[in-house]
Amino acid sequence: MATLLLIARRFGFLFVVIWAASTITFFIPRLSSVNPVRERFAELARLGGYNPDDLERIVASFSKQFGLDRPLWDQYVDYLGSVLRLDFGYSLNRYPVTVTELIMQSLPWTIGLLLVSTLIAFLIGNLLGAIAAWPRAPGWARSFSTPFVLFMGVPPVLMGVLLLFFVGFRLKLLPLGGAYSIGLVPEWSWPFAMDLLRHQVLPALALILGSIGSWVLTMRGMGITIQGEDYVNFAEHKGLRGWRIFKDYYLRNALLPQVTGFALALGTVVTSAIIVEGLFALPGVGTVLINAIRANDFPVIYGIVLFITIAIATIMTLMEFLYPLLDPRIKNQ
Amino acid sequence: MNVEQVQNTHPELVSAETPVLQVQNLEVTYYTDAGRAKALDDLSFSLKAGEKLGIVGESGSGKSTLALAMMQMIKSPGRIEGGQVYVDGTELMALNAEDMRRSRLQKIAYIPQGAMNSLNPVMRIGAQMVDAVISHVENESKAETKERCMLALESVDLARGTFKMFPHELSGGMKQRVCIAIGILLQPQVIIADEPTSALDVVTQRQVMETIDRVRKKINAAVILIGHDMGLMAQFVDKVAVMYAGRLVEVSTVRQMFTDPQQPYSKALINCLPNLDNKGVFQGIPGLAPSLLRLPGGCAFHPRCELARDICKTSRPEPQSDKSGRSVICHLFDKEAQNEPSS
Ligand SMILES: Nc1ncnc2c1ncn2[C@@H]1O[C@H](COP(=O)(O)OP(=O)(O)OP(=O)(O)O)[C@@H](O)[C@H]1O
Ligand SMILES: [Mg+2]
Repeated sequence: MATLLLIARRFGFLFVVIWAASTITFFIPRLSSVNPVRERFAELARLGGYNPDDLERIVASFSKQFGLDRPLWDQYVDYLGSVLRLDFGYSLNRYPVTVTELIMQSLPWTIGLLLVSTLIAFLIGNLLGAIAAWPRAPGWARSFSTPFVLFMGVPPVLMGVLLLFFVGFRLKLLPLGGAYSIGLVPEWSWPFAMDLLRHQVLPALALILGSIGSWVLTMRGMGITIQGEDYVNFAEHKGLRGWRIFKDYYLRNALLPQVTGFALALGTVVTSAIIVEGLFALPGVGTVLINAIRANDFPVIYGIVLFITIAIATIMTLMEFLYPLLDPRIKNQ
Repeated sequence: MNVEQVQNTHPELVSAETPVLQVQNLEVTYYTDAGRAKALDDLSFSLKAGEKLGIVGESGSGKSTLALAMMQMIKSPGRIEGGQVYVDGTELMALNAEDMRRSRLQKIAYIPQGAMNSLNPVMRIGAQMVDAVISHVENESKAETKERCMLALESVDLARGTFKMFPHELSGGMKQRVCIAIGILLQPQVIIADEPTSALDVVTQRQVMETIDRVRKKINAAVILIGHDMGLMAQFVDKVAVMYAGRLVEVSTVRQMFTDPQQPYSKALINCLPNLDNKGVFQGIPGLAPSLLRLPGGCAFHPRCELARDICKTSRPEPQSDKSGRSVICHLFDKEAQNEPSS
């Protein structure tokens, strides 16, 4: 019963977040005096012939088709309904492609890059941080984390540029950009998979190298606290082997707060991922978003922003259900 | 019959001979920023199998340090500077790290001071018992290990269901019992319980003490009980050791200690105990416990001692034993002039 209530509350909260985000993305474009439809066709008109009356007629008919002439309240209710169906409307720039189609085409790239690089940074950073704080770890193992702490100040874009220049351009070890080599056709085969992977290494490194350091620092702080805990000492009194104390008594407890950090990191790394995707010309959501911003393609911009918000809120909610599995004390609250 | 069987059936036969625990000239120093603190000062004592020793002393007198030194678990900035610890003939100080690891819990078990926080919050009680067993015992089936843990739980009056529970689902007294159950899993020859009852109510204190006493009888272990509470201690131990500034200033039987304490500090401790005659009159010990960083010369207790003479200020007293086996560190102690305690 209590668990059901908990689940209901968590999902209720998720809906509130989605509602708030949709409301904001609904009203902000409508508050501005710019009419995206008119902007779009005025631009086209400037390129070709120019007849103001025709332009107004076209704008009116498009507004009617998109429902922009209806009362604001009706539009709002419709909009909320369509958000729930993950329907964010049409791209102005690439009509009749829908925003959802654009997102779905590009999403796998972004998820792959984002999730894998955040996960790798999380694992490496926390392990190094835990070792750095473990008094019985050999000195050489503890010093591993130092370079990553230094990298912490370097923003992912700069890291990307440096990697591109040195590893890609000077050493020619890895490709400079793109999702896979030009001329290859996507297929399920080893050579293609390897080619794909090679193209992902530099963008992933650009995201990973800078973020390991912050995991190291937070984990080292946590580790220093945990290693002084009575249960870690008692584990040693019990005559357990060092590895078991490290793994079950020390690492597991020190990792608990870090898992919350992981969900938060996914949220913040989105912004870096967008820029890095642009830098390496990867066909992910970030590149789609950058193109949309250049082309004033409002439905795509707001659709992607809204989609990212919903995705992160959903991940956070799911993580909440993960905590009780990691920490039994949370279960009954 | 092998030795173990003799030990189990006729403890008096074996225990009468060699001591199972022998601590000799143990010295521990903490190297702090403020200077060196000699927390254990040339400390020696011994215990026979099945014997119960209570160690009392003010906070900071070095009781936990003594326990940790016996376990070889003094952490930086502390260092064991010298001495030997023999458990059943094995010199622990001479063991390498792996052999010492194996000796913990198997030969000498420590039940920690903060039992409230001594259990891993994210592991079930059972898992924390099982991992202790499998770290020492190789060829035992899973079922046997589990049964061993269950028996240990039962012998401290805990339900078998406790095996499946998490620490936060237990009360303080239950957690304390779990720690005791873990301590006896491998039937060690020596059990050290560091203030096992200080966070418990009076009723639970008694139960925990009785539990310790019962399991001691069962596995015939030598038990060291560390605590502040002379009164509670007196009901459960055979011998009492009074610790002051890193030394055992008096070690004697409970009866001797309560009827005829010899060392002025232990006299003062006994006088502090409330009784019906001096009801309402609180008796303290004048002065403060000395800082280990700046110990007074001669006898460390002399600034607080009403009987102090000139020799106490200049010359360091050494332990002396009388024929009853009591050991006292005091210049005023005359080991020959001992008459049997009148009772
Ligand atoms: N890690 C440490 N660093 C520096 N000094 C220490 C450390 N641990 C203990 N000491 C010193 O050693 C002395 C003995 O400490 P110990 O913990 O053994 O006392 P105790 O008799 O167990 O006290 P309590 O009754 O409060 O548990 C104290 O004076 C303390 O200042
Ligand atoms: Mg202590």
